Amino acid sequence: MALVRHLQNFFRRNGAALSVFLLGAVGFWILFMIVLPQLFMVDFSFRVNLPPPKWGTPEHHYTLEHYRYMVYGSAGSESSFNVIDLQVFFKTIVAAIFVTIFDVALCYPIAYYLAQVAHGGWARLMVLSLIVPFWVNEILRAFAFRIIFGASGVLNKGLMALGIIDEPYDFIRENFALYAGLGYAFILLMIFPIYNAIESLDKNQIEAARDLGSPWWRIHWRVVIPFAKPGITSGCTMVFMLTAGALAAPQILGGPSSLWFTQIIYQAFNQAGNWSRGSAYAIILLASCIALVLLLMRAFKVRLGEIAR
Amino acid sequence: MSAEVTLENVWIRFGDFVAARAVDINIRQGEFFSFLGPSGCGKTTLLRAVSGFLSPSEGRVLIGGKDMAGIGPNKRPTALIFQNLALFPLMTVWENITFALEVRGVSAARRRKRADELLELIALPGQGEKMVDELSGGQRQRVAIARALAAEPGVLLLDEPLSALDLKLRQHMRTELRDIQQRVGITFIYITHDQGEALTMSDNVAVMREGVIEQVADGNTIYDRPATAFVASFVGENNLLRGTVSAVSRAAVTVDTGLGAIRARAADSGGKGSLAVGDDAYVFIRPESLKFDEEKKMDNNISAQIHQQEFEGSFWQVFFSIKGSERKLKLSMVNDGSAMSHQPGQRVTLGFAPELAVATPAGPLAAE
Repeated sequence: MALVRHLQNFFRRNGAALSVFLLGAVGFWILFMIVLPQLFMVDFSFRVNLPPPKWGTPEHHYTLEHYRYMVYGSAGSESSFNVIDLQVFFKTIVAAIFVTIFDVALCYPIAYYLAQVAHGGWARLMVLSLIVPFWVNEILRAFAFRIIFGASGVLNKGLMALGIIDEPYDFIRENFALYAGLGYAFILLMIFPIYNAIESLDKNQIEAARDLGSPWWRIHWRVVIPFAKPGITSGCTMVFMLTAGALAAPQILGGPSSLWFTQIIYQAFNQAGNWSRGSAYAIILLASCIALVLLLMRAFKVRLGEIAR
Repeated sequence: MSAEVTLENVWIRFGDFVAARAVDINIRQGEFFSFLGPSGCGKTTLLRAVSGFLSPSEGRVLIGGKDMAGIGPNKRPTALIFQNLALFPLMTVWENITFALEVRGVSAARRRKRADELLELIALPGQGEKMVDELSGGQRQRVAIARALAAEPGVLLLDEPLSALDLKLRQHMRTELRDIQQRVGITFIYITHDQGEALTMSDNVAVMREGVIEQVADGNTIYDRPATAFVASFVGENNLLRGTVSAVSRAAVTVDTGLGAIRARAADSGGKGSLAVGDDAYVFIRPESLKFDEEKKMDNNISAQIHQQEFEGSFWQVFFSIKGSERKLKLSMVNDGSAMSHQPGQRVTLGFAPELAVATPAGPLAAE
């Protein structure tokens, strides 16, 4: 009943045409762009892998083999677990967590500076210089990082000129380039939510804490960070999810021996032609990420509603 | 612990704008001192210079005899109560109150105990576990005071802290603030544009206009003996007559106004700009000093026509039109129970004693 009343109100406020458009557009978006594709993926992940002509035939039955494969590997393999895939999976999750932590540490001061210290043209210039680099497309940016971190790249040349190292350091093999690229890729998604949160903090609170004798770090610890927590959580959620699910940066910047879990999924779909396994793996990644995020939100006492502010 | 505060020739400039001009003030230890002035007069700027959030362009700020140059707000023996209070919304009441002690590393148990003592002092016992937004405006006000007092400052700075409260609560908090000040015995520096607050609470008041201190004195002196035209027009109500000085004696000056010669006491401007014959002058007469005087018993008399009468319960307010001025004169008299015998339109003679009128050099007036 409440829903009907809300709908009536909604129609009265916005008029019939606009209401139909809004509901239609949002409904289409949710149903056709989010729910249905994901449902197909879930469905695929539980079916045996068959070529398209056999889809829908009795042979195309439900199975757990792809999920089993992720944990135990193929039936005939030597080891009792699918060590390679599991290792890559956990390495991806852990690396994404570290990239997220690194991004918070990097972005919080920038966001604080933009929100509370800088003003006028200077602030606008800073925001612009944060945004403009993202006009360059992702692939190009990744290759640019490759050049910077390469054996004869700017970084190696600089370090050698300074006498810090004698011979080029292989940043790419050691995955430095990968982590730098991933860290940079979603930096705006960390800065802006934190910026939004801190901007609404009353300057007087910072001054009050200072006036009561607080050193700068305690002001952040006790006043600014608790206030910015929803923004920080929102930023972390997005950066973590996107980093764990990134494909371009690992493809281009990853070292020869390193694999990102998304690359395994990609191989399953494209090289092995095994859509079912690819779907299963993708769903495992998605479910794990969501579970981890919800767990951390509970640990840090943040509610879902606060993130949406 | 209470400290005296001295401002020595303090200038504060923001680019071309001068927010404070050659301010020299000495605030005694344990005094309740107010800066009174219209918004934008520089009083908050001075307060920020005392608390350390900005440093004077010129001159010195001394607290307890110690030059504060280079000492940040977190190292000064001052605590500031902000206009919007700036309580921490994500902390409980007791955490708010003892934040200054937390900074100093006092254990949680001892902080809790101190919070309870302070909650007792501000008459909010047992409210420590609440969040700030669960309190009413007046309660928050008191928590802000407790939070500042917990820092055990030598000087408490208050930046219009009552302005957000409604009238009744504001009047109640005046008494309470004064009471707390007397109990804790520390210096209070109070910023306000409300003369009622300044006059009722303060030992001394500095009246400011455009970055300049016009007068520093106790409330009585400010009201009865304003030093400048601005003070006379800003504090309380005043009738204003304009004229030219025609005679100066030790006790009084005579000012030729359009309504005849008027004798008045010369304002004590502290040596600067005293009146001389031929000067353009203002004469200020309080509405309560003006009397009906048909027999012309008083030294100064003005003829006027009653324009309007207003009954305010304990007072009658009578407005008069006078010759050659758009401005109405105002007389207020206590309602003693006798019927008002005058009618609008009636011509009357008003009188006032020279010692109750103040003559100042013509100068800027407070905006009406």
